[in-house]
This record gives sequence, structure tokens and C-alpha cells, in this order.
Amino acid sequence: MRPFLGLCYRFPMTEIHSDSSTEPVRTKLESVVVRFAGDSGDGMQLTGTQFTVSTALAGNDLATLPDFPAEIRAPAGTPAGVSGYQIHFASSDVHTPGDRPDVLVAMNPAALKSNLEDLKSAGLLIVNTNAFKKKDLDKAGYGSDPLTDGSVDGYQILPVELTRLTRAAVESVGLDTRSADRCKNFFALGMMYWLFDRSMEPTQEWLTQKFAKKPQLEEANQLALKAGWAYCEATEVFYERYRVDPAPLKKGTYRNISGASACALGLVAASKRADRALYYGSYPITPASEVLHELARFKAHGVITFQAEDEIAAIGAAIGASYAGSLGVTCTSGPGLALKIEALSLAIMVELPLIVIDVQRGGPSTGLPTKTEQGDLALALFGRPSEAPVPVLAASTPADCFWIANEAAEIAIRYMTPVIVLSDGYIANGSEPWQVPEASDLPKFAPATFDLTSEGDKPFEPYRRDESTLSRPWATPGMPGLEHRIGGLEKEYGTGNVSYDPINHERMVRLRAEKVERIQEMIPDLEVDGDPSGELLVLGWGSTQGAIAAAVESARADGLNVSKTHIRHMNPLPANLGRILESFEHVLVPELNGGQLAYVLQGTYLRKIESSTKLQGKPFTETEVREEIDRLLQTTSGKTTQP
Amino acid sequence: MSLPTAETPRTDPALTKKDFTTDQEVRWCPGCGDYAILNAVQNVFPTLGIPREKFVIVSGIGCASRFPYYMNVYGFHTIHGRAPAIATGVHMANPELSVWVVSGDGDALSIGGNHLIHAMRRNVDIKVLMFNNRIYGLTKGQASPTSELDKRTKSTPFGSTDQPLNPLSLALGANASFVARSIDVFAPHLKSVLQAAAAHRGSAFIEIYQNCNIFNDKAFHSRTERSVREDQIVQLEHGQPVVFGSERNRGIRLNGLEPEVVEFGETPPEDLLVWKTDSLKTTLPFLMAQLDHDPAFPLPIGVFRNVEGPTYEDRVHSQVDKEVQRAGSPGMKELLDSGQTWEVS
Repeated sequence: MRPFLGLCYRFPMTEIHSDSSTEPVRTKLESVVVRFAGDSGDGMQLTGTQFTVSTALAGNDLATLPDFPAEIRAPAGTPAGVSGYQIHFASSDVHTPGDRPDVLVAMNPAALKSNLEDLKSAGLLIVNTNAFKKKDLDKAGYGSDPLTDGSVDGYQILPVELTRLTRAAVESVGLDTRSADRCKNFFALGMMYWLFDRSMEPTQEWLTQKFAKKPQLEEANQLALKAGWAYCEATEVFYERYRVDPAPLKKGTYRNISGASACALGLVAASKRADRALYYGSYPITPASEVLHELARFKAHGVITFQAEDEIAAIGAAIGASYAGSLGVTCTSGPGLALKIEALSLAIMVELPLIVIDVQRGGPSTGLPTKTEQGDLALALFGRPSEAPVPVLAASTPADCFWIANEAAEIAIRYMTPVIVLSDGYIANGSEPWQVPEASDLPKFAPATFDLTSEGDKPFEPYRRDESTLSRPWATPGMPGLEHRIGGLEKEYGTGNVSYDPINHERMVRLRAEKVERIQEMIPDLEVDGDPSGELLVLGWGSTQGAIAAAVESARADGLNVSKTHIRHMNPLPANLGRILESFEHVLVPELNGGQLAYVLQGTYLRKIESSTKLQGKPFTETEVREEIDRLLQTTSGKTTQP
Repeated sequence: MSLPTAETPRTDPALTKKDFTTDQEVRWCPGCGDYAILNAVQNVFPTLGIPREKFVIVSGIGCASRFPYYMNVYGFHTIHGRAPAIATGVHMANPELSVWVVSGDGDALSIGGNHLIHAMRRNVDIKVLMFNNRIYGLTKGQASPTSELDKRTKSTPFGSTDQPLNPLSLALGANASFVARSIDVFAPHLKSVLQAAAAHRGSAFIEIYQNCNIFNDKAFHSRTERSVREDQIVQLEHGQPVVFGSERNRGIRLNGLEPEVVEFGETPPEDLLVWKTDSLKTTLPFLMAQLDHDPAFPLPIGVFRNVEGPTYEDRVHSQVDKEVQRAGSPGMKELLDSGQTWEVS
């Protein structure tokens, strides 16, 4: 574990020593992990997001991990109510939000208690000492003061009277104490901006916009932010300031983007590519609601959002909109997907384009609403009555949500089929820099065209087929002469009339399956990173990509020969996957479930898979994946990887 | 050749009932009330001045929900109870369409109750025809949410213990802007109600009493039988005093908030209730909707409520249009350029 080099503060207490006038040393760091932790009312998500924006604009590569409780305001000051936001930023490639923070900002004892064990040894700990009174310690379950009883030995602790200093900073505004205290996160943010030499400007602009109608709050937060910066500058509590240079990103325009935003943006882009209005039906559910919030703001692009009465109505209305010619989309999380299954089956039967996004969370049932998991893969692949195949895609990073949404729309429209997209809480809430594509990177796509000239009075055949995709025509209400009926009852091949004929049923079941299988033609071959054959392949899907990439990189740095690959298309699977699996002695599949992909691969390709699973509502750390790699290579070849 | 568009001009002469019938064999039981309703709808649609391709019929599950297969318009036979939600999406996506939902008492009030009330409260511009036969027919005879207390069915051999729902009260409670009731065997009345519903902009709920001659025969006989119907049924007409009876010598008046039946001679009394359908308040139609199971009163049929106002689609699309206009119809480039960006060179 790399210690946080040289980071230390100058004085054990916070008094200003006016006689010290030396400039702090500026030290360059390649990579830093910072975690903000506080009560769920302390504004930690906001603080983290602001720090992220500023860091992105400074040109670093980054990854973030918000971690918050399901309760909006759990009992204040207790460990149950602790909300955290971690950001990993670097002058090189960043794959994960970081296993353990170098810097921990703890706004109260509960935040300290639930986060301290993650802090790297000799890491920097900034605490709000005003929040460490007896009653605060009691609420956090501390018997004695951790700041003085030896609990924080081995860390570099910087005690700051955040509450008192914030109150003093905003005094001139004349806010009540409660409102004044709510500015203390911006004081802490100002300190972090100083420490890492970030620009305060993006946050200052944001405050101006955010509180345009509440000038007092704007002023107070601006003052707190500047006071935090000035505090570091004036007190010289730090010997050093740190600089993390811009990462060598490819030339282009970038923005920082969360999975939820990327998903929303991707859907709007796809609707433009398809020349179809985007219709988004959704029912509020954590952690999928963010996509609804994002899309509700996109009305200028013709987007229609419908907050339905329930999950079933949300998908139902989306199906109705697709039937009428829009690009129908619905988004939910596990419990909502369970409710949508019957309507999804209808969309399979009537062969309409539809996108169903599942932002997975810990389950079953209500489970862990704000925590991440990959437990819905089996549900997405198989969770329907009878034979009801649908294409399933999985986004691997926050920015990938943009591309997955585009692919899903193209498949849905070209093949006239519902598509399930798997995201998860980690991807949806996490963020990373994203190179904004050019409009020319996003060509148009359309459904198959049909020759509809019919002989004599023969009625229109809504279930005739395009030879290549096996899709049926998308004839929408309003088109004269194409009036037809569709529905959940089995359809006769071609005419689309209701049919109970046994042979026709089998033909249609196989046709629906073959249509989905043919989507494989659109899916690019899977690429192996590293040797194309060998002892060990680490194969991931979805949000495990970052941890796997970091672990494989570290293993290679230690001289191990490990290859990796990542699946984004869960059904159909890429055509060359079988060949790839045959080329390795061992295949390790880390996933945040009980081993669902491993089960599918073993069943599909009849080969042994080493399944590595984690079910804690948290993403894999680099270390965890690395340990699995080491374990496997040791077992198989007797190689040792420890120095 | 690609698919024709909505702009492709039509050359059809005036539409007739024949234009709205399909080649599919109608598969309801002989004698089912559904035939009469199908006939009424096939007669009314050609009179509405709406091109055939603009009609969409969305149904759920149940005997009634087979309806779309027999209408030569766009039709979508969906899943149990969800037709109002699916129809909502259809009409939001294309408000130019005339969207009709066909449903039954089990489909609309039991499994689909939630969607029905929300479509109504939003004032989605869809016409919901709810065939009420007070029984589950397609599943072969279980009690429905409109089955009477103590009714013996296959699922209630000792009599139903469930208080029935009053469909019109429910629709009024959800603030449906058009609420009406008609009866399968009253062809001219049914047609006039369907025409009034078609002319209404906003959510319309039409309860149609429909006889299931297999599992709940003569369910409405005590009201609709030819020899008693004049005395057992009162037709509500906007602006007209509420009068009924074979001699036209009985009427309904309000005693405070209590309706009462009054008999009169030649001239109706001045305090007779004059029917109004256009009050924003639902009080009066609600009072009248309560009479349907009270043997002391005739069964009210006709239009209970008919108020105009912006539809859900109006509200949704005007927001979108305003935003599109404000932003100057932004394209892909504007979309991608949104947000805080920085350049790497």
C-alpha cells in the first residue's frame, strides 16, 4: 500500500502562528483518493460532486463512489446516517474510485467511526472538532473521545473547528445558527481546494446559479468556501500543497458524467439518430430515479417523460408510445423490473421496440436500495414465463451508459424487440471524465424497410419478416391502409391473426428466439487484453470493469501473465466468446452476485469457471480482485506473488 | 416502397359500418351482450368524421377485451388491467389519434383499478368503454368487483362477502371529465352516449351494462326487461327535468342532499331536479350515481358528467413545445455540447 507521501500539517492545534511565513512546499502526486464523510444532512454528496467538477475541469482522470444511506435523514449523528463520497483522481488512467482513501474528511464522530478503518495508514484525517462533544460521541457509540484515546494514532490528524470557524465566516450575513452551520461543508471544500490547488471558480459559479433566488444563502456559502481556503493559506497548517497534473487524455472535448446522466444523454441522442420522439415512462425508484430527473429536463429536445402511477403503468405507457411510433423507454431497479415482467412479455409477443433499463441494487425485495449489486442478471436473461428471449446489454462504466443506451435503441428498432439494459447503483451514481463524441460519430439508424405492395384486397400483414433481421414492420396508428390488430395471444406467421395452431406456435417461438440470436451479427467480437491464450483470463461484465482493470494492471506490474476481457453484450453473447474461453487454462469471473454469469458460461460453453463473488452492496476493490488472481495462479502453478 | 405516412392522402368515400368490420370470426357466446355493443360502435365510428386509420382500440383481458379483433382499425389487445396505461402512452405519443379503451368490470376495476383512476384524474383524452356484466366470464364464472353481496358464483358458493364497487362513483371520485352509463340492449341510447363521448375532449368513462347469458344471465333484468323498463330506468338529459315512468308522471327532486321520487299529475312540480352535466363539482352526478342499487329509485342512465378542460396531452405537449421553441429546436450538436466541458489539446 502506497502511503500518502509526505502529507502532513504543521501544527497540532489550529491557532494561527503569525510568525511563520514560509510558503508551503508544492509536491506533485500522481494519484489521490479523498473521501468526504458526514451526516446525511451535512451535504457530503454535494461537496463531493463540486470537488469532482473542479477536478474534472483541472483535467485529471477520475472515478467517484457516492455511498449514502437509504433513509433521507437517519437519526442525526448516528453511524446509520453517515453519507460518504469518494473520489480518486490522477495524472494517469483511473480505473476505480480507489480502495482506500488517502484523505478522510470526517464531519462528526459517526462519520469517523464508520470510515476510519478504510483510511490508509499515515493518511490525512480532517475532523470537525466542534462535533466531538460528549453527546456526539454517545450517538456514534464512542465510549471515549477517539481524538485523544489513541484511536487515531498512526494517522495524520488535522483537527479543525469547522462549526465555529464557519459561523464566524458567515456572521455578516445574519443567518440563523442552523442555516449558518449548514455552510460548513463549503468551508471543508474550500480547504480541499486549497490543499489540492483546485480552482474554486466552478463552485462559485454554481452557487450563484443555485441560489439565484436566495442571495443570503449564496453569500453565506461563498463566504464559507473562501474562508476554508483562506484558513489554509493564513494558518499554514499544511507544510505542503499538492498538485495532481492533468492526465494524458486523448485530444478532444470532455465533460464529467455520471452513469445516470450518460444514460439520459444516450437515450436522447439515440432518439435523434432514429428520428423518433423519446418517450420515457418511469416510476420513482432508487437508484433509477436520477435518469428520470435528467430526462425531465430535456424537454427542449422533444423528450416526453411520464411519471406513471406504478412500475407496470410506466412500462405499459412506454409500450403504447412505441406502438404509436415513439422510442419507448422505461427504467427501474430490481423490484420494479419484477413488476414489469408481464408487460415486457407482451412487448416480446407484439415485437415492438422498447428499452427497459435496470439500475441494479442490493436485493432481494427492498434489500439495500442505495447500494450496488449485479444480482439481476439471471432475472434479465431468464426471468419470464415461457420462452421469451430478449437481448440484454450491460454498461461497464458511467460513460459507457451513453453508448449502451445508443446500442440498445439501435437493436430495439432494427430488430423490433424489447431490450434490457443493465446498469447498477455504482455506475449510475459514479462519474468519470467522458470524451464527448462528435455528431458525426452518431449516424442515423432505422427499422428494416418493407415492400408493402399487396396483391388485390389482401390485407396488410403485420407479422411478415425482414429476411436479414427477422423483424416485422413497424406500422403505426395513423398510417392509412395498414390498420391491423396485435396482442398477447399467439400470432399466425405473416398475417398476425390470432392462432392456436400447434405447429404455428412452435414456429413462432423459434422465430422469436432466432431473431434475438441474429443480433449477434451486430455485436463486435470480444477483444482480449493481454495474451490471447494462457493460464488465466479474468472475465468481467458490468461495473466490475474498473476493479478488474486495476487488479490486472497491478498483477502485470508484478510480472504475472494475466489476460482480461469484458462482456457488454449478455444476450446474445459475442460470437467469439467460446473460442476465447477455450484458450485459457483458467477463467476467473468476479461478479457482485452469487455467480450468475459463471453459471451461464458453464452451462453455455461446458467449461469450468472460477467464480469470485461479493455480496456486500459495495463494488470490488482492486485488492480483492488481485487476491483472487494471486490465489488462482498460486494454486495452479505454485508461483508466489508476494515480494 | 416504404411505409405510408399519416400525410398520405386518403381517397376513400364516406365510411360505412362495413369499413369497420374485420374478416375475423366473432367468438363471443351466442346471445352475449357484447354483440350489441360491437354493433353500436361499428355504427357510430363511421359517423364521427375521423379517418379510419386514426382510430385505435386498446383492450385488456377478458371477454370484452377481444373487441379489437373485430374492428377494422388499429387495435391492441394488451394484458390484464393495463389498457388505460398503454392507451395513455399511445395518445401521449400521438395526440392526433382517437383512442378507445375496451374493458370489463374485472379488468378495469379489479386488476386495473389503479390505471383507470390515474388515467381519469390526469384527464387523458381516451374513451373507456367498461362492459359491466358483474361476473368474470372468460375465466368461467367467478365473482367480480361489481357482483352483488351474497351473490353465489363458482368462487362464492355461499354467497359473495365482498361489497361491490360503484363504477360511476369511482370515475367521478377520480374526477373523470366525462362519465356516462348505457345498456347493451338500448341501441339508440348507447349510440347517442358513444357519440357524446367521442365529441368530448378528455377522459371519458362509459359504463355499459352488458348481459352475460352464460354465467350471469339477466343480471339487469329487473331494470331492463321490456315491461318494467319505463318505470325502472330514468334517462338523464342535460337541461331537462329528471322525469320517468310509463306515464311520465314521476320525477326526482332533492330534499337537501337526499334525492326523492315524486309523483305528479299533468305538470311537473317546479322543484323537480333539472339535470346538469357541466358543473365542475361532482356532487350532483355523485348523488345520482348512488341510486343504482336502490330499488326505491329508477336506475339512472345517460351522461352524468361532461366538463371541458385542458387534457393531459395538452399540458404535456404545451410544455414540450414551449421548451423546444425557447431553445430553438436544438439538434445533436447542441445536445452533446450541453453541460460543463473542457478541452484537451
